[in-house]
Amino acid sequence: MPDTLLYAIEVSLNGLMAGIMYALVALGFVLIFKASGIFNYAQGVLALFAALTLVGLQKGQIPFAHIINATLGTDLHYFGWTLPALVAIALTALVMVGLAWAIERIVLQHLVNQAPIILFMATIGLAYFLEGLGDVMWGADIKKLDVGLPQGINETIDELTFNAFGYGFFIDNLDIIAAFVAGALVLTLTLFSQYTKYGRALRAVADDHQAALSVGISLRFIWVLVWSIAGFVALVAGIMWGSKSGVQFSLSLIALKALPVLMLGGFTSIPGAIVGGLIIGMGEKLFEFFAGPLIGGATENWFAYVLALIFLVFRPQGLFGEKIIERV
Amino acid sequence: MKKTFTLLAAAAIAASAGFATPAAADLVVPNLSYRTGPFAAGGIPYADGFMDYFTLLNERDGGIGGEKVSVPECETAYNTEKGVECYEATKGQGALVYNPLSTGITYQLIPKVAADGIPLYTPGYGRTSAANGKVFEWVFNYPANYWDGASVAVKHLLEQNGGSLEGKKIALLYHNSAYGKEPSRTLQELSKKHGFTLSELPIDSPGQEQKSQWLQVRRDKPDYVLFWGWGVMNSVAIQEAANIRFPMENFIGIWWSGSENDVTPAGDGANGYKSLAMHGTGMDYPVYADLKKYVIDAGKAAGAGDQVGTVLYSRGMYAAMVIAEAIRKAQEIHGTAAVNAKQVRDGFEQLEITEARMVELGLPNFGQPFAASCADHGGPGAAMIQQWDATAKKWNLITGFIAPDDEVLNPLVAEDSAAYAKENNITERCN
Amino acid sequence: MLYREAGDFKTSYVKDSQTFPIKADRMAYFALLAVAFGVVPFFINDYWANAVFVPFLIYAIAAIGLNILTGYCGQVSLGTGGFMAVGAYACYKLMTGFPDLPMLLNVLLAGGITAGVGVLFGLPSLRIKGFYLAVATLAAQFFLVWLFNKVPWFYNYSASGQITAPERTMFGIAVTGANTPAWAKYLFCLVILVALAWLARNLTRGMVGRKWMAIRDMDIAAEIIGVNPLTTKLSAFAISSFFIGVSGALFFSVYLGAAEVGEAFGIQKSFLILFMIIIGGLGSMFGSFAGAAFLVLLPVFLKNVLVGGLGWPTDLAAHIELMIVGGLIITFLILEPHGLAQLWRVAKEKLRLWPFPH
Repeated sequence: MPDTLLYAIEVSLNGLMAGIMYALVALGFVLIFKASGIFNYAQGVLALFAALTLVGLQKGQIPFAHIINATLGTDLHYFGWTLPALVAIALTALVMVGLAWAIERIVLQHLVNQAPIILFMATIGLAYFLEGLGDVMWGADIKKLDVGLPQGINETIDELTFNAFGYGFFIDNLDIIAAFVAGALVLTLTLFSQYTKYGRALRAVADDHQAALSVGISLRFIWVLVWSIAGFVALVAGIMWGSKSGVQFSLSLIALKALPVLMLGGFTSIPGAIVGGLIIGMGEKLFEFFAGPLIGGATENWFAYVLALIFLVFRPQGLFGEKIIERV
Repeated sequence: MKKTFTLLAAAAIAASAGFATPAAADLVVPNLSYRTGPFAAGGIPYADGFMDYFTLLNERDGGIGGEKVSVPECETAYNTEKGVECYEATKGQGALVYNPLSTGITYQLIPKVAADGIPLYTPGYGRTSAANGKVFEWVFNYPANYWDGASVAVKHLLEQNGGSLEGKKIALLYHNSAYGKEPSRTLQELSKKHGFTLSELPIDSPGQEQKSQWLQVRRDKPDYVLFWGWGVMNSVAIQEAANIRFPMENFIGIWWSGSENDVTPAGDGANGYKSLAMHGTGMDYPVYADLKKYVIDAGKAAGAGDQVGTVLYSRGMYAAMVIAEAIRKAQEIHGTAAVNAKQVRDGFEQLEITEARMVELGLPNFGQPFAASCADHGGPGAAMIQQWDATAKKWNLITGFIAPDDEVLNPLVAEDSAAYAKENNITERCN
Repeated sequence: MLYREAGDFKTSYVKDSQTFPIKADRMAYFALLAVAFGVVPFFINDYWANAVFVPFLIYAIAAIGLNILTGYCGQVSLGTGGFMAVGAYACYKLMTGFPDLPMLLNVLLAGGITAGVGVLFGLPSLRIKGFYLAVATLAAQFFLVWLFNKVPWFYNYSASGQITAPERTMFGIAVTGANTPAWAKYLFCLVILVALAWLARNLTRGMVGRKWMAIRDMDIAAEIIGVNPLTTKLSAFAISSFFIGVSGALFFSVYLGAAEVGEAFGIQKSFLILFMIIIGGLGSMFGSFAGAAFLVLLPVFLKNVLVGGLGWPTDLAAHIELMIVGGLIITFLILEPHGLAQLWRVAKEKLRLWPFPH
């Protein structure tokens, strides 16, 4: 095989992997949008907050240490224990459930039946608040997140492809794990929403708030539930991205990479988020590979949107979005 | 609107009245720091080192020449708008010199400080051509700048290759911003001179996703990768380099890509990574004994106090040291302890740091000796190379100071500063 | 208490369609203008100009621009930062290419160029609607930033890609460059803001504005009653981009003095201005001002109180500041979901009836 083709295949495979990482973030958006029609601007910050909490718990950091030290003149930093990764993840998941409950209690409860733009605005406020809270609780320095996920080139693939084509493909172990995690996540979510009582309730709410209320589904419970799930998805995304790049403020900016995925896949479709992620990831990496050297590189950011735009011109509701029916 | 407005305005007036009250006689050196935002990891240690050094001077020597130094801190979050706000807020307090640790904010302040008559000190960052004191009267960027850094890195590679880089491939991986673009012109010139091929790979800020660039490195197999990164981009790049098994000793970062924060996340994979260094690092300098005694143990350390001795802490301390020496020089020239900004500028321009002075300050062999002049605001521009030892978790200096290739750099500096002078109608001084 | 009136006695349509139908409001408006033009310039110093007034005025222009597009015409845009960059770079090229042009003309031309670019990126709006339209404007945002960063012609081949505003004058007084007096900056922006706000207010209540609102409320219905969606949407894009281009030109030349496209005009700016109009109130002139004031002045104010007043460490203050801003947004929402403008409207109604609400 010619080299360019081999390289292009390698680039597309890596693009698919990157796409899964984007899709992990996009999933959280879709869940909340589907169940409550809220475009949750705070999803990226949720991922940051979850990752910060995870690292903090794992290392036994004292929350609010800085503010305590500043006001009381003490010198506290650590509890002095470290937790095993799984325990810390479970505890963080609990924190996220608590956060979901608090969000419902303090914010959403007062905004039932408001227009989507208003709920969107509430999530803007939430994003500001959580960003500040995360920093106050755990500090703004960069933190290493280590839950024992392997990183680096996958030897087996490298060797196999080298023997077959004379060029070893580079696939990151972390990306492979992310792919499995994403698959498991989607499977669980689908099973949950298709075959459990709460899942059915969730779908009913997504269909029609008022009809769901009238058959006795507690809207408040559903909202807590869906925000908890979104919090959990944010935690997973936070773990994956945090292992890759450390946990720091910039982690919240990965939400920007999820936006084109969402728009391409449709705001309401879980498979859409995955497929959208794959298309965006592969498209932007291939474009960078072929066109980047000609026009100067760093094209990925804008090309992702242009790609989504091209798809949308043909399907204005996104690939898997619900058909827009307009009545006058 | 009126009401909210009046309320806000009234409260803001009350607040800013309370804000502008440092003791009038102090020497004011504002610290435009960033402890939040995407680049906080680099901003925190730098700000801590900067603050701690002045605290040390105040506690140990009673300030500089008997005048206490006050260091009002202002948070910029690496954001140019907040930088402007901080500049304007602290300017009125009699600020003597600015050191914003951001190339973007520096560009913005260059015309402003010239109009307001306050020196701007940007060691190792900012606008490189400000080294030309003939055009940039108020800006100082010694001991080294980006173009020096690029040239030193190439010289180091020359040394390793027996004096010739003919036919070698070098890739420049850079932060896609003003900061990252700085070295590109110099490296292009150097590639012509030394006959290596240069490929430039931009990475968009913040730089969490660099797969494309590193796959390209893996395909093209450049002999060396030079790296201009900042923030999270640093640790991701080092991790990715380790992932593709790029030989770490062939991967050289600028001094802003060579702190502990950048290498530790990659663990053992980062072993052997090199970066430029314009000063020493670590705790093996006598000054730390005093710092410990007067500042840290006295509970007066800035921030959380956990950054002492790191690379960026050392750099903040170094910047503070140079500023303090310039103020001292100004006091000497003008025969008064309470110097003003204009006098401090004279201090900067006539500053000479000798090795003997560095020993006195408790920093033997920490930085290079230099002497500024009316035309030369850039210093000698030499830098060392340091290498990360992942098992010992420390940076080792592997070379002495390497001087840059002024033959290539001087015309570039002259050209860029002339363009600035022309755009802004500045006539050259010092002639 | 503030308003003393007895009944509604309007005798002509002109009176009924006034911008400020209540006399007290009208007086207050003129008083505010008089203070803004006649008093503030004499007391303003560098800090107040650069940290408070100039950014507020410029963001208000951008917010009005975006409000025309999003609030009045219903087209969500996240490309504001990119369009501001077009204004800024157009202004820079004009300033350096034609040094003799008066600055006001530069700014307006920059706005005109941005309007053209805005129409181009507005074309997909004919096909894509709602949140999905944001993708088209986001493509504009990222593409424009990339373009200005990549093509050296835009930044006159300077080494680092930064653009720096040279000194330009109006009537012999510098309005850009470092030697600009604070009052000149302030007045220059204020004059432009007042003129543009007046223009926007009159556009939005005229035929153009009604067409925009018809499209916003239901585009198919609007089409049926004879509103041409093509010209209406594109005119909204053009006029909105003109405003945003002007604000970008001012932002770069008068306020910052030097800019780097990714930092000054990145996606964060698009979000910031969108937040301004949402928090202020969509489809409301007052909302544009209130939102800009809220997001520009509040952080500065909080910073001064927390760091200057209470003496907290700067990082802690910055984090708490974020929490307070977020908390306030949520509190306002719960109190009044339709933005500050609606809060003000409700408060005004209450005040008009006070003390006999029944």
